[in-house]
Amino acid sequence: MRKRMATPYLIWILLFTLVPLGMVVYYAFTAKEGGFTLQNLTNIPKYAPVFARSIWLALVATALCLVLAFPVAYRIARSTGNRQRTLLLLVMLPMWMNFLLCTRAWMTLLEDTGLINRFLGLIGLGPVHMINTQGAVILGMVYNYLPFMILPLYSVMVKIDRSVIEAARDLGADGIRVIGRIIIPLSMPGIISGITMVFVPSVSTFIISRWLGGSSNLLIGDLIEQQFIGSAYDPYAGSALALVLMVLMLIIMAIMNLFDSEDIEGAMI
Amino acid sequence: MKKLFSRFYMGLIFLFLYAPIAVLIFFSFNQSKSRSVFTGFTLNWYREMLRDDMLMTSLKNTLIVAVLSSVIATLIGTLAAIGISRMKKRVRTVVMNVTYIPVINPDIVIGVSMMLLFVLGTRLLGLELGFWSILIAHITFSLPYVILNVLPKLRQMDHNLYEAALDLGCRRHQAIWKVVLPEILPGVVSGLFMAFTFSLDDFIVTYFTSGSSSFQTLPITIYSMTRKPVSPKINAMFTLLFLVVLLILIFVNLRDSRLEKREQERSSI
Repeated sequence: MRKRMATPYLIWILLFTLVPLGMVVYYAFTAKEGGFTLQNLTNIPKYAPVFARSIWLALVATALCLVLAFPVAYRIARSTGNRQRTLLLLVMLPMWMNFLLCTRAWMTLLEDTGLINRFLGLIGLGPVHMINTQGAVILGMVYNYLPFMILPLYSVMVKIDRSVIEAARDLGADGIRVIGRIIIPLSMPGIISGITMVFVPSVSTFIISRWLGGSSNLLIGDLIEQQFIGSAYDPYAGSALALVLMVLMLIIMAIMNLFDSEDIEGAMI
Repeated sequence: MKKLFSRFYMGLIFLFLYAPIAVLIFFSFNQSKSRSVFTGFTLNWYREMLRDDMLMTSLKNTLIVAVLSSVIATLIGTLAAIGISRMKKRVRTVVMNVTYIPVINPDIVIGVSMMLLFVLGTRLLGLELGFWSILIAHITFSLPYVILNVLPKLRQMDHNLYEAALDLGCRRHQAIWKVVLPEILPGVVSGLFMAFTFSLDDFIVTYFTSGSSSFQTLPITIYSMTRKPVSPKINAMFTLLFLVVLLILIFVNLRDSRLEKREQERSSI
């Protein structure tokens, strides 16, 4: 009888997860006028530069997040009691704030006449052009998704037994060796789920690129959005793009899983 | 020296995370509409925000959707988790793989795939996109998080407890209600909490599934307002939400800290 308790859920995912994905596949192989076609998919190589740019920017942002988050997560994991709770609170708070408004605020900060350039002007440094560059897009991604790297890293690091690190030191390992041979290998599940949680939303974003990157830094997300909501309404071509994005994600997940044979669900929560 | 450097680094990271938040809060008190020049202190925008029907309605809509979707997702998801935990290994693996789809799929793909389904639904059934489509979409992306929070608790639970309750004369639903549920409650609560916050925050999926209806959630209203020069009313709203979230997190924090102290006292006795 308890097995049957999953029935409502199974019906739900069939109707609202599997059928919609099936429709994406169906639309991707359907012509505007109806009937089967491969046209939508053979058109994709036209967008190769956009795909390449999306993947490149998301990779850079993910790498930056990992490098920036690692010491933060370690520091939080090594602190105790109230201090640890306060630091965690400070990391989680920005996650709750509306990302549209925060991204908007970065526009105000980065503009040619924005706050950062005003400040630079005061100390006698010339205006730096920042908005509408790829750097600004990367900054937006790092800003929005950094906590999603810090938290899974923290949750595995906090479980590392201190005595393992002490033992390594007693046996003569220096700081770099302890990090390279002990902390990084033991943090692997957190690193994997952090990378996933930053890379997936970064590669598919359309707001960050549009607001911080201007019209010359469109990403896959922008293309898909334009086909479904925007000016170039064409759900058939849009579905083909979404399908390719989905397959791309699956391939990346499969590669990531090679590095980490253990279940990642524990580290994600 | 090392400690100083580590403090400095943490300071820089938190400066980065809070710079845009500080800018948004600061300009909610600005007299003029300018986003970069502060012309004098005022609380006018807070008054205007409370008078703005569109903002207030969408705030109410956001809360309605978040409460309903998280409660429904928790109900279906908890039942599903109990069912899944009793499934045979092969079936369970298939179901879990499908469950992971909304977790690893980019939001934009979830959004457009559901949009395709709902648009077909409007054509076949004559329904309008809006409240119902948003609610269904939010339940769908929340479900996996409820299940992933509840399943580990079921795994930790002693299965014999359920059998014992049956042997002692409980009916099956009584055994689940009185024996299983109390055991897995922490997982259920954290699943509910996660579903609620994801729903509050969601922009991308709602953007694709709300159609052109008048039922708007706060992130959608904020997005449509950002097409025009933004009124500091939004900053005022942001500031209030920031305070609410801060208070909630501090409250949770204090409770945890008190619990921990009590436990320490108990273990010292």
